[in-house]
Amino acid sequence: MKYVDEFRDGQRAKSLAKAINAESDPERRYRLMEFCGGHTHAIFRYGVQDLLPANVEMIHGPGCPVCVLPIGRLDMAIRLAEREDVILASYGDMLRVPGSKGRSLQTSRAAGADIRMVYSVSDALELARANPDRQVVFFAIGFETTTPPTAVAIRAAAEAGLSNFSVYCNHVLTPAAINAILDAPEVRQIDKVEIDGFLGPSHVSVVIGSEPYVHFAEEYRKPVVIAGFEPLDVLQSILMLIRQLNEGRAEVENQYVRAVTPQGNAKAQVLVSEVFELRRSFEWRGLGEVPYSALRIKDAFAQFDAEKRFDMAEIRADGAKSCECPSVLRGAKKPTDCKLFATVCTPETPLGSCMVSDEGACAAYYTYGRFREAAE
Amino acid sequence: MTTSAARPRQRRTIDVRNGHVEMLHGAGGRAMGDLIDTIFRPHLTNPLLDQANDQAVFGVETGRMAMTTDSFVVSPIFFPGGDIGSLAVHGTVNDLAMAGARPLHLSAGFVLEEGFAFADLERIARSMGEAARAAGVTIVTGDTKVVERGKADGIYINTAGIGMIPAGLDIGGDKARTGDRVIVSGTLGDHGVAIMSHRQGLEFETQIVSDSAALNGLVDVMIGAAPAPADVRVLRDPTRGGVAACLNEIAHQSGVGLRLEETAIPIAPQVQGACELLGLDPLNVANEGKLVAIVAAEAAEPILAAMRAHGRGRDAAIVGMVTDDPMRLVTMTTQIGGERVIDWLAGEQLPRIC
Repeated sequence: MKYVDEFRDGQRAKSLAKAINAESDPERRYRLMEFCGGHTHAIFRYGVQDLLPANVEMIHGPGCPVCVLPIGRLDMAIRLAEREDVILASYGDMLRVPGSKGRSLQTSRAAGADIRMVYSVSDALELARANPDRQVVFFAIGFETTTPPTAVAIRAAAEAGLSNFSVYCNHVLTPAAINAILDAPEVRQIDKVEIDGFLGPSHVSVVIGSEPYVHFAEEYRKPVVIAGFEPLDVLQSILMLIRQLNEGRAEVENQYVRAVTPQGNAKAQVLVSEVFELRRSFEWRGLGEVPYSALRIKDAFAQFDAEKRFDMAEIRADGAKSCECPSVLRGAKKPTDCKLFATVCTPETPLGSCMVSDEGACAAYYTYGRFREAAE
Repeated sequence: MTTSAARPRQRRTIDVRNGHVEMLHGAGGRAMGDLIDTIFRPHLTNPLLDQANDQAVFGVETGRMAMTTDSFVVSPIFFPGGDIGSLAVHGTVNDLAMAGARPLHLSAGFVLEEGFAFADLERIARSMGEAARAAGVTIVTGDTKVVERGKADGIYINTAGIGMIPAGLDIGGDKARTGDRVIVSGTLGDHGVAIMSHRQGLEFETQIVSDSAALNGLVDVMIGAAPAPADVRVLRDPTRGGVAACLNEIAHQSGVGLRLEETAIPIAPQVQGACELLGLDPLNVANEGKLVAIVAAEAAEPILAAMRAHGRGRDAAIVGMVTDDPMRLVTMTTQIGGERVIDWLAGEQLPRIC
C-alpha cells in the first residue's frame, strides 16, 4: 500500500460519485464548507466538483494561514527583515504576499534585506547555528499542524543556549476560526453564507483530535466529517456529510481514521502548552478580531519571542481597495465575484493573499479552474 | 635532431590533482594556454579545435541551418546522472534537434571562479567530451575567462550550436493543428527532482537520477517513422518550467487548446513519491532528456512505436490531443475523472536547476 495511488483510484471515485448522486436529495441544497486550504487545493487539483451533482456546493473556508494573516502583521515582518542584524527565515509562500504600499518580503529581499526561504523551522535553527553573529528570526505561521515543530525548535534553542534565535509567532487556532465563521454577521444576522456542514481539516486534527469539533456539531447543529486530503477521502467525506444531513444527524465523524484519533497527539499538545499561551484576541483577515484564536510565546521563553526581543511595534493596515479576500475567506463570496480576479490580480501580480498561496481559494480557481468561467 | 618548436612544451604549471584556477589563467597568457592544453584539449580534441585559432573555419552544406545558444548555471555542478558539462552538451544538442536539425558543431565558453579546483574542471571537460562524442557533435571553439572569488558560482558555461535541417521539415511551435496528438518521450520530472533531492539530502530506496541525454538520435527515428515529414508539427524539450510551461507556450504560439489524460502521463514511482514529499507537481518540474512532440493523428501510432524501440523513448506515450480553444488553455482530465487547467507558472519552483 503506497497511500497515494489507492486514494486516487478512478474506479473507486466513480462509485463514490455514483453514491453521492444517488443519495443526495434533489429537493434540497447541500452547502458544505471545506475549512482547510489543503482541501480547496485538492478539490481543484483533481476536479472533484465535476463529480458532484449541482445541488452539492463546496464553500471555501479560511483554513489557509498565509491567507488569514492580517497585512499589518506582514508589514511588521518586513520592517523586522530590514534591520541590518536580522536574517528573516520564512516559508516560500509568505515571500510574495503583498503588504502595504505594494511591498512584500520578496521586494524587500531584492532591495537588500536578508530574507531566506526555509522549508521548516529546523532550517531556521540551522541558520542560527551557522550565523552566530546575526539574529535569525523565524516567521512562524500556521494552524495547529505547524505549531508543535515551532515549540520543539524553541525548546531546542533554549537547551542549546542559542542567543541569536527567535520566533515571530503568528500561530492560529482552528476551532476558534470555525466558531467565528458560524458567528459571522453573514451567518447569524444577514444569513448570507449558509453552511450546512463542514469538511474538517486533516492534519490539524491529527494534532488536536476529533473531540474539539463536537462543540460545533452540538452548539450549532452542523455535522462535521474529518476528511483526509486525497480525492477519495474528500469524496467519501462528502458522502458521509450528505448522509448525516439526510438523516437529520449533527455529529462529528472521522473519515481520516488512518491518521486521526479522538484525542489527537497528546505529546504534541503538551509540548505546545509548555511553550505557548493564548492571546486574548488576534486580528484575522476576513474575520476581524477573534478572541482566543491565536498563540503567543510564554514568558518562560520570552528571550525567543521576536516581538519582545526587537520591541516590535504593532502595525494595522488595510488591504488593496476592491480586494475581496475578506469575503472570500469567509465563504461569503467566490473568487470570481471579486472585480480584481484574473484581471489585475493574478498569481504573477497578486493583490491579495488568497491569490498567493497554493491553498488560497483564488489561486486554486485561477490555476486549476479558469476554464470554467471562460465557458460561461 | 628536433628543433625546440617540435619538442612538446613542458606542462609543469597545471597540477590537475591539487591545483586551483587563479586569475592568471584567464589573462590570455601562457598560463591560460597551459590550462586549455592540459585540461580541455585532451578531452575535447578534434581537428577543428586543434587548429587552435580564435575561430573554427569549416565548409557548410547549402540548406537551412539552425543555431542556438544556452547558458548553464546549475547548482550543484555534479549531480546523480550528470554534471554541468554533460548538461551543457545535451541541452545545446537538444535545442537543435527540436528543429529537426542534425547537430554539427558547438562552441563552449567558460567563466571560472578563482579557486575552482582543476580536478573538478577536468571531470567536467571529460564529461563534455564523452557527451559530445556520444551525440556525434564536436566542440570546435571555446573561450575561458576567470573572475575573482565570489563573482561566479564555481563555473558557468555558455554554448552555441549549429546544425542543418533536412529538406521537407517544417517544425515549429506554431504548427499544431486541431486533432493532432501529443506525445511525451518518457517519464517526467526526473531531472528537477534529482537536483532537488540531492540538494535536500534526501535519499530514496531507488536513487533518482537526472535524465540528461541527447535526443537527436530519437528525433531522427521519429521523423523517419512519420508517413510524411510534415506530420511532425512541433518538437520541444520541456526543461525549465516542465511540461506545463512547454505545452502552454505551444498552445499560445499555435492558437489552440490542449487536452491531456492524467492516467496516460508516465511518471516514475520514485519521482512521484519525491514530488509528494517535496510538494511539487511533476508537470512543473524540469526534464533534460525528454521531448514533447505534436504530430498528425494518423502518424501518432507509427511514431510512438519507433520511439519505444529506441533507447531514449522506451517509455514514450500518447498523452493527449490538440483542441479548438480560443482561450488557448491546457486542460487535463484527472485520475478521478474531473477536469483541471494545467497552468503556466509565473516562476520556477526550483532555483538553479539547469
